[in-house]
Amino acid sequence: MTQPPLIRFDKVSKIYGKGETEVRALDGVSLTIDDGEFVAIMGPSGSGKSTAMNILGCLDTPTSGRYFFRGVDVGTLTRSQRALLRRNYIGFVFQGFNLLKRTTARENLELPLIYRGENAAQRKQQAMKALGLVGLTDRANHTSSELSGGQQQRVAIARALVTEPAVIFADEPTGNLDSARSHEIMKLLDDLNRTRGITIVLVTHEEDIAAYAKRQIRFRDGKIASDALTQKGAA
Amino acid sequence: MWWTTLQLAWRELRANLLRSLLTTLGIIVGVAAVVTVVTLGQGLTVKVTADIASMGRNLLFVLPFTPQRAGPATPQTPFKIDDAHAIEREVRGASAVAPSTIRQTQAVYGSNNWQVAVNGTTNPYFIVREWPIAQGRIFTDSEERGGKPVCILGETPRKELFGQQTPLGASIRLGATSCEVIGVLAAKGQSTFGQDQDDTIIMPILAVQRRMTGNDDVQQIWVSAATAGQVRSVQESILSLMRERRRIRPGEQDDFLIRDLQSVSSLVESTTALLTAGLSAVAAISLLVGGIGIMNIMLVSVTERTREIGIRLAIGALERDVLAQFLIEAVLLSCVGGLIGAGLGLAGSAAIAYAIGVPFVLSPMVVVVAFGFSAAVGIVFGFFPARRAAGLDPIEALRYE
Repeated sequence: MTQPPLIRFDKVSKIYGKGETEVRALDGVSLTIDDGEFVAIMGPSGSGKSTAMNILGCLDTPTSGRYFFRGVDVGTLTRSQRALLRRNYIGFVFQGFNLLKRTTARENLELPLIYRGENAAQRKQQAMKALGLVGLTDRANHTSSELSGGQQQRVAIARALVTEPAVIFADEPTGNLDSARSHEIMKLLDDLNRTRGITIVLVTHEEDIAAYAKRQIRFRDGKIASDALTQKGAA
Repeated sequence: MWWTTLQLAWRELRANLLRSLLTTLGIIVGVAAVVTVVTLGQGLTVKVTADIASMGRNLLFVLPFTPQRAGPATPQTPFKIDDAHAIEREVRGASAVAPSTIRQTQAVYGSNNWQVAVNGTTNPYFIVREWPIAQGRIFTDSEERGGKPVCILGETPRKELFGQQTPLGASIRLGATSCEVIGVLAAKGQSTFGQDQDDTIIMPILAVQRRMTGNDDVQQIWVSAATAGQVRSVQESILSLMRERRRIRPGEQDDFLIRDLQSVSSLVESTTALLTAGLSAVAAISLLVGGIGIMNIMLVSVTERTREIGIRLAIGALERDVLAQFLIEAVLLSCVGGLIGAGLGLAGSAAIAYAIGVPFVLSPMVVVVAFGFSAAVGIVFGFFPARRAAGLDPIEALRYE
């Protein structure tokens, strides 16, 4: 018995508005992403990549078509069921880091664990382990305002990792960072994908960032324009 | 989970300390007002009850005045000692009867003098007023019958005239009369109406009549009913007896009046209860306003923290987690306000009670009810903002600047 693919889009469309103002953000997109992949989703703004990302992350549901996450039809789930899916299988990394203000790195990491109902000792241990993976053990008790942009994004990656999710969705994770910091972050993600086998789906519009991925999917006008392995992926 | 949520909420409130305090000010004021009013009301009731007990239990007094609904009572023919004897003899249930005539006089001892009310009465007075002798003795039969110039000092004239010296056996001057001190009364303190009950000197009534007033009038008759249940029947008996003795025909108005302290006490109690209820209603409105203040700030807080809510929802918070978080913040806010308010209310009412000479009665019930009420305010007024937070769309919330 084979496990269903991690992610399968089956003619997914997302339509905003009605009648003349109707916008087809996604137009019958079908794709499959398997465990352990490192995918970069690319495309100009308005191409539908952010919409795709929201649906992939179970934050939004398709207007038509079906999205299977591990074989589960996400479109049929309630808001709370999708929240549970995110809680247990998905980690997010955002462009703006999105750490809680006035909250230490460790407490930010403990937040998803709190919602999973883990006790204080477990939370601390897992948070410190995840901080270790991103090399910020010594910054555990610093609040987000005391951390540099690169450090904040590493904390955010650690927060995505801390629940050991099936997939991490990173939406322009390097968008607010300079190029040196960007490459650090990408090396970290690449390392997590290679050594720990974590599936990573990344949205970016920068070619050199996308080059870290093994597979690149390009969107244009709500459709997939190309879907190909990179040199790294082919190797 | 709950404990952690509570800690998070506490930290959130601490981070905006000034705003939190201002927000909960309405609750603080409301709870403080309720606690103060009710505590003082209870203290007043206790004081009035105690005062009335200190006046003498089951006490009645008869005055030669026309009863009036309003305005000053008109003085009428004074009583005589025989009236007191008649009550003693004929009214069943009257356990002690004391006629009384009072005269303001200058009391002099050595170089000390003191303006005092000299009360001419008989030994049953000490029973009616439940007033023990602290030093010395009460009158002898021959002193009473002969109207001998002997006196028993209240605590206030004793202090003013004698200070540290022993008053027993000393001779003081009351107006033109020289008088031997044979006893000192126990201290009684202030009456309900703020009079110093100890500012008195007791003499045999015949002595006061002969040596000071120069007539045989009795200004007032004190009567004690044997039991509380007999107060009413004693009152009725005195009424018909005195009407007969003063020859008042049926249908004619009384030219005397009978007061009993039970009715005074129940009047004071019902007035206090009414006042407490009225002021509590005002305080409850303050709590309501406080609740609206909390709702207002919680709505602002939800808007301000839209992004944070988005993050929480994205990383797996359920609607009910976010709902609980904001609800707990609101309840914590109002409960802290309730605690501060209860503290202030108790401190304030203790201070006021001390200032106006009312006992401070700590009633746990008041504090619990006020606190519970403020928690309820938090839940009711926190629910709508919390609902709004929980219902946010995570995508929109994350995009919010």
